[in-house]
Amino acid sequence: MSDTSELSRRLPLSQRLRTFFTSGGGAFLALLVLVVICSLTNPTFSKPANLLNILRQCSYSGIIALGMTYVIVAGGIDLSVGSLFALCGVATVGLLNLIPTTTALPVPLLVVIACALSLVCGLLCGAANGALVVLGRLPPFIATLGTYSIFRSLALYMADSGNATPASSALSASLIGFGSSYWLELPTPAWILLLLTVILGVHLAATPLGRHTLAAGANERVARFAGIRVGAVRFRTYLLIGALAGLSAFLFLGRLGTISSSNAGMLYELDAIAAVIIGGASMSGGRGTVAGTLAGVLVLGIVSNILDLWGVNVSLQGTVKGLVIILSVLIQRKRNPA
Amino acid sequence: MKISTLLRTAAALSCAALTVSCSRESAPADAVAAPVGASVIGISIPAADHGWTGGLVFWANKAKQDLEAANPGLRVLLSSAKDPADQVSGIENLLVQDVQALVVLPHEPAPLTPICKQVAARGVKLIVVDRGLTENVMDYSVVGDNPGFGRVSGEQIAKVLGGKGKVVFMEGVLCQVNTDRVTAFKKALEAYPEIEIVDSGVSDWSTEKGLRLMENMLQKHPQLDAVWAGDDDVLLGALKAYQDSRREDVKILLGGGGSKAVVKMILDGNPLVTQTVTYPPQMIYVAAQRAVDMLNGKELPAADKVEIVPAEVIDASNAAENYFPDSAY
Repeated sequence: MSDTSELSRRLPLSQRLRTFFTSGGGAFLALLVLVVICSLTNPTFSKPANLLNILRQCSYSGIIALGMTYVIVAGGIDLSVGSLFALCGVATVGLLNLIPTTTALPVPLLVVIACALSLVCGLLCGAANGALVVLGRLPPFIATLGTYSIFRSLALYMADSGNATPASSALSASLIGFGSSYWLELPTPAWILLLLTVILGVHLAATPLGRHTLAAGANERVARFAGIRVGAVRFRTYLLIGALAGLSAFLFLGRLGTISSSNAGMLYELDAIAAVIIGGASMSGGRGTVAGTLAGVLVLGIVSNILDLWGVNVSLQGTVKGLVIILSVLIQRKRNPA
Repeated sequence: MKISTLLRTAAALSCAALTVSCSRESAPADAVAAPVGASVIGISIPAADHGWTGGLVFWANKAKQDLEAANPGLRVLLSSAKDPADQVSGIENLLVQDVQALVVLPHEPAPLTPICKQVAARGVKLIVVDRGLTENVMDYSVVGDNPGFGRVSGEQIAKVLGGKGKVVFMEGVLCQVNTDRVTAFKKALEAYPEIEIVDSGVSDWSTEKGLRLMENMLQKHPQLDAVWAGDDDVLLGALKAYQDSRREDVKILLGGGGSKAVVKMILDGNPLVTQTVTYPPQMIYVAAQRAVDMLNGKELPAADKVEIVPAEVIDASNAAENYFPDSAY
């Protein structure tokens, strides 16, 4: 069906957009089944307040998952994002605390500075990953396994294994104010997740750069022959996921007002990978959509929410989550024999 | 294209399902028609990542069973979380279920404070257990006596050593709870000039780390008289390392918490493990009970709204009554 890696065929925009929506179809089907089951079994589930909670709760790892889609479809993997996330948060707070409290910088400006710092830190870490994979020719699994350990350890070192909290309570309060704000009835982090899904979704499926990314993952040799600079394309995917993890860390600071060097972002890489896989991407690259990943993110968010609402024995919740991941991929196998 | 048709159908179906579920929403709530005076309380705790939190989950489940049996119409909702962010989500999920009281044992004070402020602002009764918050927004606290825990441990070791000897101790996860305990422990030993603290290390309250730490300490120090493991899980690791070393210099290994494995050792007359100091995970049970009392408008025991569960010594004389074989801890 949707063969987005066919570079030679220039499809009309309408058809390309359709492809973009349909290729994550299996994930939407899984999402639909899940929503129906949850609504029927629990009266609290479909309350608007609960649905908004789910959206907000899955925004942080969701934003990272969007970047993970790029990395995976280009034939890579990034195991370091959870640590990278913690490092961005801790480094941002550390740098903010260097600004003397006596300087009369307006607080909203400080919030913008915090966002910029976190993004820059994410970009730097992403560049490190990209360089190891592209210039160092390390397998992505190994390169990012290494940086997974390095980023976490740097975060622990900077924060003395504790929490990094902004020294100025006014800044803390306005970070929290921003992080828990609403815009047109939707939480700000959810807006950012949805907006990024649309932008990156169109970019990946319908622009030359996006299709180069898919082509690099589908068949590296062919992509090279077609004149695509595979190294540059892959490098960019690591930059992107780094920046997104930085952005997510900034939003997360706004959720809790502090970031823990030891457990912030823990296992986010696995949540992100799971969302991408549920979203119908192929682990070996070349196939996947951003919209599908969003569906995967929502599936995971809904599962952890409904398990709480059902009051499933807390030790068994991991089993249910694992089964859902496996089942939703099985549904898709049945539908798209790849 | 078949798939797009399928998807359009799917989309239509999902809208329909959502509409149905939204319109259903009020119906079952009315139909079930909770009896008058029905109430819902939520309990939010860290997930079981070591023995003590395992005990916490056990006692929280027991509180649910006992309280629901004793109070018809009461529902107790449990939520456990692997990290602070997860716990905030869990509390949000409890709030949408309209809890009237919330019992929280925070993973860490700072990240949980904003959500707890929201809880209090909504008029939900808030009871905080064990670890505090950075702002005093709670209606009631049930706390363990951490300085008391450290002090009693120090005094017990001094007693066994007769006020003289070399002591090593193990710190838990580096946090306020640990600092309070260790500070009080050292202060208690200051009263004994002939007792020397020769070394310490960080066990993170893990059996495995306790084992490794003890192995290293035994290598470093040819003569030791007492070991304060600070936690019963860690004690098991330290004891194993000591037994493997075949040394006979240590006179007492002291843990803490009151786990059933260690209480059993005391019952069985272990020569090295003769006592432990309690820091009972039952405090979550006490707190849940207080939440119900609060909703029923009963008087609570602590007038200053801070109820302290004291640190007590379990030894051969009272081990039997502190042994709960069916507990997880």
